[in-house]
Amino acid sequence: MDKWQNNRAWFMVLPVFVVVAISAIIPLMTVVNYSVQDIFGPGQSVFVGTEWFKEVLTDRRLHEALWRQFLFSGLVLLIEIPLGVMIGLAMPKKGWTASLTLVLLALPLLIPWNVIGTIWIIFTRPDIGLFGATINTLGIRFDHTASPLDAWVTVMLMEVWHWTPLVALLAYAGLRAIPEAYFQAARIDGASAWAVFRYIQLPKMRGVLTIAVLLRFMDSFLIYAEPFVLTGGGPGNSTTFLSIHLVKIAVGQFDLGPAAAFSIIYFLIVLLFSWLFYQALLRVGTGEKR
Amino acid sequence: MRVRKRTLGLVLYLVLLLLPIYWMLNMSLRTNANILGEFAIIPTELTLANYARIFTDPAWYSGYINSIVYVSMNTAISLLTALPAAYAFSRYRFLGDKHMFFWLLTNRMAPPAVFLLPFFQLYSTFGLIDTHIAVAISHLLFNVPLAVWILEGFMSGVPREIDEMAYIDGYSYPRFFLTVFVPLIRTGIGVTAFFCFMFSWVELLFARTLTTTNAKPIAAVMTRTVSASGLDWGLLAAAGILTIVPGALVIWFVRNYMAKGFALGRV
Repeated sequence: MDKWQNNRAWFMVLPVFVVVAISAIIPLMTVVNYSVQDIFGPGQSVFVGTEWFKEVLTDRRLHEALWRQFLFSGLVLLIEIPLGVMIGLAMPKKGWTASLTLVLLALPLLIPWNVIGTIWIIFTRPDIGLFGATINTLGIRFDHTASPLDAWVTVMLMEVWHWTPLVALLAYAGLRAIPEAYFQAARIDGASAWAVFRYIQLPKMRGVLTIAVLLRFMDSFLIYAEPFVLTGGGPGNSTTFLSIHLVKIAVGQFDLGPAAAFSIIYFLIVLLFSWLFYQALLRVGTGEKR
Repeated sequence: MRVRKRTLGLVLYLVLLLLPIYWMLNMSLRTNANILGEFAIIPTELTLANYARIFTDPAWYSGYINSIVYVSMNTAISLLTALPAAYAFSRYRFLGDKHMFFWLLTNRMAPPAVFLLPFFQLYSTFGLIDTHIAVAISHLLFNVPLAVWILEGFMSGVPREIDEMAYIDGYSYPRFFLTVFVPLIRTGIGVTAFFCFMFSWVELLFARTLTTTNAKPIAAVMTRTVSASGLDWGLLAAAGILTIVPGALVIWFVRNYMAKGFALGRV
């Protein structure tokens, strides 16, 4: 860390600070403002203190959405991270197959999120969907608009299909950055494939995997468009995740106060867990480096 | 033998990955009656009618143009603001630099839905609703932090001696930056542009809220059609396929550098 000390560097950061401040700080202040007031109309509002926070924290539907969200994000991390690492390990290292694999893998990432939902509706519908129709022909009743379990399976399949490539690309990038000499040394030592993975590849992937876990946690916790298009939060409330619930309150019922209070709590949860993951992963890394 | 099994697994995964996309392509080439009438894994009656309708109806194709316009604007602004900032983070220590870097990342952690109403009010105040620039600016929220993050990684890979040498040779700062430094990190700029393009292209919530007709993105045009005209699966599928095309083109250009972009980004 022998960077040059120079506070004038702030001038270079200033443009970024200004644009992000316009898009983040001003809106967030509005939200904080709403969260402590009761708004009747333009210019008419009453200060209510922490009332909205109390209301939101005791809301049973919110608690359900929160647990659903934790279950969802937990499953996402448990499935996508190992699967992504496995794919990253299996990817060809050079040549046209490598390019082709990269391009194919990145395809789902470049599809607008609501189109992702549309693709999966088309794919899983019991009447016209390849997946839905096939599985029903096999004798398994499958309809994500009627059964909560089927809806969950469909949403998980969609999520894994959509985002595992990101983890795979990150893992692949981490693996590519390992110098060939490491593998040669391992070969000379007669290390097993598992030992190579455990003591060379995994530690070297720590950086990219930290990014992967953080990104996947944040984005899955904030998921909105894909399940909204696919299931609309149903059947019942079975796939109503936190963001869907929030939009229902804010836009559907126009309860700005509770929605704002809810938003702040939501943001703090994401912040807290991201920080915990970050700290935990940093420590895992130092343990393995030795 | 081991390697073979791996390759087989990868091929199987890629096939599964492509199945939903293939199915949409399949649907997009059939008429609605045909889709509802028979279940065909390989379509028998191919038609380009759905695509023809999208390319001749302004309500449809203007959606694509709108999306491309605001995505390009966003990518340009993100790069222009992020370049000097990333340079500062990679070269200098200054008051609050680490906090600033983390703060940038926290902007990705707030649920986008939180920003909907404040954004709507803010942009209404300035009369920017339903303009491309409004969507482009709102997407800066998540793209600028990402751009700084990735560019900083690439810039840290350039030895600082190069900067010092340029100063000794009498380069002015702007000239050094544009003629020496930027060409050195052009890969990084390409990768960053790709990511900005991608995240702005796939986002719907802001884009839909901030536009009504003149700047409506294609993704929002699609949702409107779903609710209005019953469900024309063929047309919907064709529109979906067309949303994949620009991304696929961009990715082809950066395919060899994409992996590097991830690896160099610092945490």
